[in-house]
Amino acid sequence: MPAFTPPPLPSDDKRWKIVNGTMRKNGFARHALIETLHTVQSSFGYLDDDSIRFVARSLRVPLSQAYGVVTFYHHFSLKPPGKHTMTICTGTACYIKGTDKLVAAAEKRLGIPQGQTTKDGQISLMTARCVGACGRAPVVLTDGELQGQMTGEQMLDQLERWAVE
Amino acid sequence: MTIEELDQIAESVHAENAKFDHEINVCMGTGCLSQHSDKLRDELTNVVAASGKKAFVRRTGCMGLCAAGPLVLVDPEETLYQHVNAAHAEAVVASLGGEPIAALQCNLREHFDQQVHVVLENSGHIDPEKIDDYIARDGYQALVKALTEMSPNEVIQQITESGLRGRGGGGYPTGLKWGTVAKASGDLKYVICNGDEGDPGAFMDRSVLESDPQRVLEGMCIAAYAVGASKGYVYVRAEYPLAVARLTNCLRDARRRGLLGNNICNTPFSFDVEIRLGAGAFVCGEETALIASIEGKRGTPKPRPPYPAVSGLWGKPTLINNVETFANIAPIIRKGGKWFACMGSERSKGTKVFALTGKITNTGLVEVPMGISLRQIIEGIGGGVPDGHTFKAVQTGGPSGGCLPTELLDIGVSYDALLKVGAMMGSGGMIVMDDTSCMVNVARFFIEFCMTESCGKCIPCRAGTAQMHTLLTRICAGHGTMADLDLLVDLCGTIKETSLCGLGQTAPNPVLSTLKYFKNEYIDHIVHKRCAAGVCNIEAPSAVEPPPTTTASLEVLA
Repeated sequence: MPAFTPPPLPSDDKRWKIVNGTMRKNGFARHALIETLHTVQSSFGYLDDDSIRFVARSLRVPLSQAYGVVTFYHHFSLKPPGKHTMTICTGTACYIKGTDKLVAAAEKRLGIPQGQTTKDGQISLMTARCVGACGRAPVVLTDGELQGQMTGEQMLDQLERWAVE
Repeated sequence: MTIEELDQIAESVHAENAKFDHEINVCMGTGCLSQHSDKLRDELTNVVAASGKKAFVRRTGCMGLCAAGPLVLVDPEETLYQHVNAAHAEAVVASLGGEPIAALQCNLREHFDQQVHVVLENSGHIDPEKIDDYIARDGYQALVKALTEMSPNEVIQQITESGLRGRGGGGYPTGLKWGTVAKASGDLKYVICNGDEGDPGAFMDRSVLESDPQRVLEGMCIAAYAVGASKGYVYVRAEYPLAVARLTNCLRDARRRGLLGNNICNTPFSFDVEIRLGAGAFVCGEETALIASIEGKRGTPKPRPPYPAVSGLWGKPTLINNVETFANIAPIIRKGGKWFACMGSERSKGTKVFALTGKITNTGLVEVPMGISLRQIIEGIGGGVPDGHTFKAVQTGGPSGGCLPTELLDIGVSYDALLKVGAMMGSGGMIVMDDTSCMVNVARFFIEFCMTESCGKCIPCRAGTAQMHTLLTRICAGHGTMADLDLLVDLCGTIKETSLCGLGQTAPNPVLSTLKYFKNEYIDHIVHKRCAAGVCNIEAPSAVEPPPTTTASLEVLA
């Protein structure tokens, strides 16, 4: 059997080299699929068709399996995120402290349901299962930064600041 | 590395610390960091340098009392300050050696005095990113002792003797599990640390990994030696970036010190560990699903047997334990199984870390001996329900557990006692609810969680939880009938008995326990169209009369 040669990088975007690095570190083994997808998502912000195809081909994983993995795990996103992301934790402790009201207020303010991005691409509204900071519930992540004991007003202020940027 | 070398490192750390009159420990766990304790530490360092006082500012892991963060502990006085921010730095440094600042001091003796710290013994006292700090507190003594003085069998014997049971929730005897993997044939075996802490409301694994990662690694190394494994994986949630960073750092340091890698402590034993990131799937906490995820596949569980102990990762014998289980190993080997077995209740030994959250004054992490009553934890250590509200229920075990009412607060916390009353130890989340929580809505919340997290492999879980969710939503909206309750009970039974894995088998627990202890709230919603807590949006009763309540349907519930 001829030695396997990984496919060429999709473009000369430097981020592909980082992705390729993860795969090389794992010897292009199939089990590196999730690891590699993590790298793609952290480099590009989301997973598009091209990147899934590239990773699947490089790791010799059937495309169906790669796509199946991407859609199975909540962490992976197939849509590009907005410029800013408001993630509201909806774990049990946050739920008990009224996080559903935060979600409703944010949805109303932005005019989009959770999991979507505003039309101008400015703000994404996401929910998380639990970020493990239950001692400070209710918790939100503003662009990944954890903010505890969040009130509706504080959150709307933040959204307002982002919206006018 | 030998015991003498470890002692030398410990001595040099102690000598270094002795140069300072005071140690200022700043909590830099996720909770306090979210309140900018990093800036506080920088400020303290600057102020100390400017003041010329002989004080040392240390970054530490979680001190437990997240409600009062950012926390600062001044040693050797053991003065604990709460809600400290960068503006207080001058005052804190000025008070060193004098009277403590009364306005900032945290006086919660009863909160700390009732706790027994085994897993958390180093949390808040060491810098989690310095391996030498861990070694200075008896770290790696257990590993060296196991490798140089004990046979693998003797290690397993000590663990069995300790009576330690799996801290991930199942409560399977750890010694027995290790024994099975050790006996399994095969030259390649794996050890996996399950840090996929999916239970919403539980954060003890995150905290242990952030505050004392070396302890978990030492536990894994000892386990690998005992069962004959050469490769390990730590599976951590991607939602815990700080834990991943500290763990990465911890592995690098251990390799440098020769405590991980080839020929550890100049013995034939070789072991290395890799980190695998979860990608946000609750079901991956189930061991066979976790294994599938490490193999790079969708995290769907497999029927057992074969158990992972016989055929696990890539078909090889695999030992899977929870973070907290591994964190208990080093002290057991150091002090002996009998020491551990002295703590706790008859069939649940040792201590357990609980994440106390919800409507409770002192939210945070607590570690208590098994057998302590729920009341002691909630009213004593937790400080009770704040803001003049009354206690309604405590939820243990996350989406697999149950809601327990006031009447059951006096039961002792142990695997068996909690199972008996329809709840579960789970990984240790304890969520307190007051009179502003509607128990029907709580049940719906958990079922919604299980519904979205069901992997979809088996029908009872995939379709059953969806049906239960529909029924509960209907009841919450005031459109339920008493017949719906019968159907709900029936569904619960089917899902429990026929689901493939633990997720489905335990998914009905929150519903069954609320039906058992808070039946009146369901009836309120159905018959009186009323939500006493005011959580559910019940529409105004329509002109149609509610269906009559039959005694038959009530009997089913009784």
